[in-house]
Amino acid sequence: MQLRSRLLKPAAALLLAAVTNAAAAAETTAAAQLEYWSAQAGTPGQAARGQAFFASKHGGEWSCASCHGTPPAREGRHATTGKSISPLAPAFNPRGFSDSARSDKWFRRNCKDVLNRECSAGEKADVLAYLLQLKP
Amino acid sequence: MPPIEHTHPVPALAGLLLTITLGLAGPAAADDDGRSMPRQVPKAYTSECGSCHLAFPPGALPAASWKHIMAGLDKHYGSNASLDDATTRQLDSWLQAHAGTWKRVGETPAQDRITRSAWFQRKHRQVRDAVWAHNSVKSPANCGACHPGAERGDFDDDHLKIPPGLPLHLRWAWFD
Repeated sequence: MQLRSRLLKPAAALLLAAVTNAAAAAETTAAAQLEYWSAQAGTPGQAARGQAFFASKHGGEWSCASCHGTPPAREGRHATTGKSISPLAPAFNPRGFSDSARSDKWFRRNCKDVLNRECSAGEKADVLAYLLQLKP
Repeated sequence: MPPIEHTHPVPALAGLLLTITLGLAGPAAADDDGRSMPRQVPKAYTSECGSCHLAFPPGALPAASWKHIMAGLDKHYGSNASLDDATTRQLDSWLQAHAGTWKRVGETPAQDRITRSAWFQRKHRQVRDAVWAHNSVKSPANCGACHPGAERGDFDDDHLKIPPGLPLHLRWAWFD
């Protein structure tokens, strides 16, 4: 995967660092990742499709919502261990989707749990569009 | 009357007290108790292994169990918990170095589950099934539900809490 639009522009990153004092954490944003996966898919992410995808099971025992909740604007809870999970929607969790390696890792792991395969670029774009729509 | 001779006993006593204090409060005690966390915990252990469940103390399982677990992270108790190779190697060697060597962790528990170890079951023999199943507990792997210091490796019986909402008739194990 090449580095591109998912990264903040340096000036924007500096500004964000100055404002939030969280330079190390904010390497990217959910909006930048939505743009990136939409470009990879060749079609913009759709929130309604993302919402349906998020709430549905895909052949496995769990949906995304099984652990992250519906809507994922509050703390979730791991379906087997009961451990609490920070809210997934970025408006409710400043750390959410601020690190592309971390996002990639969890997409990879969790999609394999829910779909028995990795998610497509389009599915990721749809889910991001849905999550970005959730506001306090 | 000559003054009481203090010079000898006092330093000796101070030395003894110092030894006891260091022994109890210092991390030196950690290696003696398989439930405590080692002094140095790799960042990746906390972030990778502590996301879905407590970052369990490595001393809670024998080396052979950690070997199996680290070799099968893509099928980790029903979840994909795979890591990149470098992180897997780093955590694998740390777990091997700090695995339980004490007598009761000698045997590999069924499915390499801490909760299937003889010592775990003995310690929790008073805890009813309904407690594990209660909504504020959910799983015996959810150590923090009753052990608020679990993340620090504090599983002391005197520091227990009662999970919120647990009915009265299930609470007696806490006072036993």
